Amino acid sequence: MARKLPPKDVVIVGLGWTGAILAHELTDAGLDVVAIERGPWRDTATDFNIGYMQDELRYAIRKDLFLQPAQEAMTMRNNTSQRALPMRDYGSFLPGTGVGGAGVHWNGHTWRFWQSDFQTKSHLTQRYGEARIADLQVQDWGVTYDEMESAYDRFEHLCGISGKAGNLNGQIQQGGNPFEDPRKRDYPLPPMQMTYAPTLFAEAARSLGHHPFPTPAANLSKSYVNPLGIAMGECTMCGFCERFGCANYSKASAQTTILPVLMRKSNFEARCNSEVLQVNLDATGKMAKGVTYVDSSGVEWEQPAEMVLLCAYGLHNARLMMLSKIGKIYDPQSGEGTIGRNYCYQTNAGISLFFEDKNFNPFIASGACGQTMDDFNGDAFDHGGLDFVGGAGINCIPTNGRPIGFRPTPPGTPRWGSAWKKATKDHYLSTFGFSSQGSSYAARGNYLDLDPTYKDRFGRPLLRMTFDFPDNDIRMSHWVSDRMVEIAKALKPKQYVEGRRNKSWSSVPYQSTHNTGGAIMGADPKTSAVNKYLQSWDVPNVFVIGASAFPQNPGKNPTGTVGALAFHAADAIRNQYLRNPGAALVQA
Amino acid sequence: MSDFPRLASTRRQFLTSAAALSFVTIASRTYAQSISGNLPWHPFAGEPPQPSLAGWYFFKPDEARAIEAIVDRLIPADELSAGGKEAGCAAFIDRQLAGTYGDSSRLYMQGPFMKGTPTQGYQSNATPAMRYRAGLAAIDAFLRKSKNHGFAELNTQEQDAFLKELEGGKVDLGSIDGKALFNLILQNTMEGFFADPIYGGNRNMVSWKMIGFPGAHYDYRDHVGKHNQPYPKGPISIAGSPDWSHKS
Ligand SMILES: Cc1cc2nc3c(=O)[nH]c(=O)nc-3n(C[C@H](O)[C@H](O)[C@H](O)COP(=O)(O)OP(=O)(O)OC[C@H]3O[C@@H](n4cnc5c(N)ncnc54)[C@H](O)[C@@H]3O)c2cc1C
Ligand code: SF4
Repeated sequence: MARKLPPKDVVIVGLGWTGAILAHELTDAGLDVVAIERGPWRDTATDFNIGYMQDELRYAIRKDLFLQPAQEAMTMRNNTSQRALPMRDYGSFLPGTGVGGAGVHWNGHTWRFWQSDFQTKSHLTQRYGEARIADLQVQDWGVTYDEMESAYDRFEHLCGISGKAGNLNGQIQQGGNPFEDPRKRDYPLPPMQMTYAPTLFAEAARSLGHHPFPTPAANLSKSYVNPLGIAMGECTMCGFCERFGCANYSKASAQTTILPVLMRKSNFEARCNSEVLQVNLDATGKMAKGVTYVDSSGVEWEQPAEMVLLCAYGLHNARLMMLSKIGKIYDPQSGEGTIGRNYCYQTNAGISLFFEDKNFNPFIASGACGQTMDDFNGDAFDHGGLDFVGGAGINCIPTNGRPIGFRPTPPGTPRWGSAWKKATKDHYLSTFGFSSQGSSYAARGNYLDLDPTYKDRFGRPLLRMTFDFPDNDIRMSHWVSDRMVEIAKALKPKQYVEGRRNKSWSSVPYQSTHNTGGAIMGADPKTSAVNKYLQSWDVPNVFVIGASAFPQNPGKNPTGTVGALAFHAADAIRNQYLRNPGAALVQA
Repeated sequence: MSDFPRLASTRRQFLTSAAALSFVTIASRTYAQSISGNLPWHPFAGEPPQPSLAGWYFFKPDEARAIEAIVDRLIPADELSAGGKEAGCAAFIDRQLAGTYGDSSRLYMQGPFMKGTPTQGYQSNATPAMRYRAGLAAIDAFLRKSKNHGFAELNTQEQDAFLKELEGGKVDLGSIDGKALFNLILQNTMEGFFADPIYGGNRNMVSWKMIGFPGAHYDYRDHVGKHNQPYPKGPISIAGSPDWSHKS
């Protein structure tokens, strides 16, 4: 039996990016908040220590900071005719754990989605007709870009994003992204200083008439004091960014932007090494009473609360809802049920360019220092004569030259021996790549549910992921890869090598930790799990924050929008929900 | 430090009376870590890596001899660098197998274990430590039968020829998948050759010097704008640089 604790106003499950934002906002509103985090406490000086953070083996290869599969794994299969098996090690994506969540070891590419993304279904239907999206299950978000603009702005200024506006109040800005929707003000910091490879990429792209611009980066181009009064340092381009914590206070994360203020508030408590097992519902099943969690010594506790915020990362949010019986689990046969619906990912491809006479110093890099072009992203281009919808950002963002992982050699090179060694040495400094990050559009057969066979260490079913790239997305990716070849040729390398995207999705090689959907937002409770304020349709004192809310995933990294949704939900809670706690903010 | 705003009137109706109790110290604090009111920080709380010591931790003497010979063919000594043995790749693998990598204790190791599709990844219950132990024994048995010698006693041509066959999946090691075994050894050898020397491989930063990776440098601001120009400084490791230690 769980031991019962004194109640709190709010219990937050997970203290990563979204949990920290919500905790800060709701403690500011005077509420008593506890965040329960299954991983350890982590801070920069101790855990991202400048004396030994630069350790590729430990952090990038053995994945020291990530969620260990022994704690929680997931099963996967490509379609319902297969038997799902556990990902015994995480590979394709790497969920976070511990205070700061995946925000500790992200790259920091920080995007806004477009109005045409928020209205994917109605926009595409209107422009190309219903038949074009008949094989897909794309939906509208229930919010517009205009409603999200100020929330984006707050997240960007919280982080100190380095970038260049492309559209200020409707005026296209030279050097920014001309395809973005209007923003009210520029990024808080100027773009990062470019390294050699993205500079060459941008020249080549421009020579073909494209519009490259500096990737908006949560690695700081200058020192910065954010609106909470927290000081951050200038990025040193250390090259140990993605998969690592930043020892320089230069990468935006909960640690560098929120916790120094949040942790001093007496109406906030963080409980670490404590894993939430479920949200407890009352007898009606329509109100949450709090959560049950288990601490590191195996003791179970019941934490009563007036409201529960799931901020556990999208995939874990979906599983916790299923385990807690909040809403109905999606059934791909009937198309009914909303929890687990519209799981989407990212459709990426790459290309490597080998040169003879150039030195790119690949180790001089940060997670997000680079150039992007959106000419072929989303619906920035006319799909009228094409056989797909969606698109991809093309990114030249060399993140590192860490040699266990980065050792480019041309195809046909032996994998060992003296010939291998010579090729490794010859190409290490003189090779770079760029990639397409493509949209992943919802399809009826791609979804999440609970596995019938495999259990976690408490005997509860693992999350089961059924996913493959929809044909539409594969066609999209190949078309964008053709465009990448044109850019590669303009760069005149000695040789280029394509890495095209084909079926089936594999759980083994790393692709991206951009898992979306499973508890999607929308205007209709039949096809969405949460309303436009991320409030559960079924249990109104539960809010579900994260990329779980995305009805489908555009060709951009998720966290700019995840952070904005956190502010958007916080505003709705502060300004509307607290006036009438327990009531639905949108009538079903 | 309670400078948060006064409770809004809306909050009063929202709160249950019991919420006032929430600052009372609760028993959970002795189990899970509860943090409130400050940023906790303790000196020396970090977990620096443990430098690798001499000796074998996992391999038995025969295995150690075989694996040293293997890594020395995968990464042969030549004009570009020292070989895998001198670089410490075997010692590196030994330490890895003796730790959490070797026993897969961080992975999901609950059954049932079933054969899956390639997209589902590695599905066996055999840990790296088990695979090396059984794999090296199988290689040894195979070679003693066909060549009358263990791997370490073959000449380098014979060694290379055998490794090529193993890589190509042409060596019948019974129940052991030779190709997968080769891939595992190759992967770990490369990890050892290119990892920070603190783990026992990449001695004297040989691989980093060879390719021009500066290692744990951590601040490149002065070189970002110097496009296409070689980086002037040599590598350093987490443990520092040999130039830093006193010479006796
Ligand atoms: C290697 C990598 C690179 C990335 N790069 C980028 C990028 O460049 N741009 C971008 O936009 N995004 C990037 N991301 C994604 C980004 O990190 C996430 O989108 C973001 O962190 C999500 O925030 P969140 O609050 O939803 O989840 P998280 O930040 O992961 O926080 C969730 C927290 O909940 C905790 N938790 C989970 N389950 C429980 C439970 N049952 N009980 C208690 N606590 C629980 C977890 O331990 C975790 O701390 C990257 C991710 C990774 C891993
Ligand atoms: S590259 Fe910059 S932001 Fe990233 S970890 Fe290094 S110093 Fe920090």
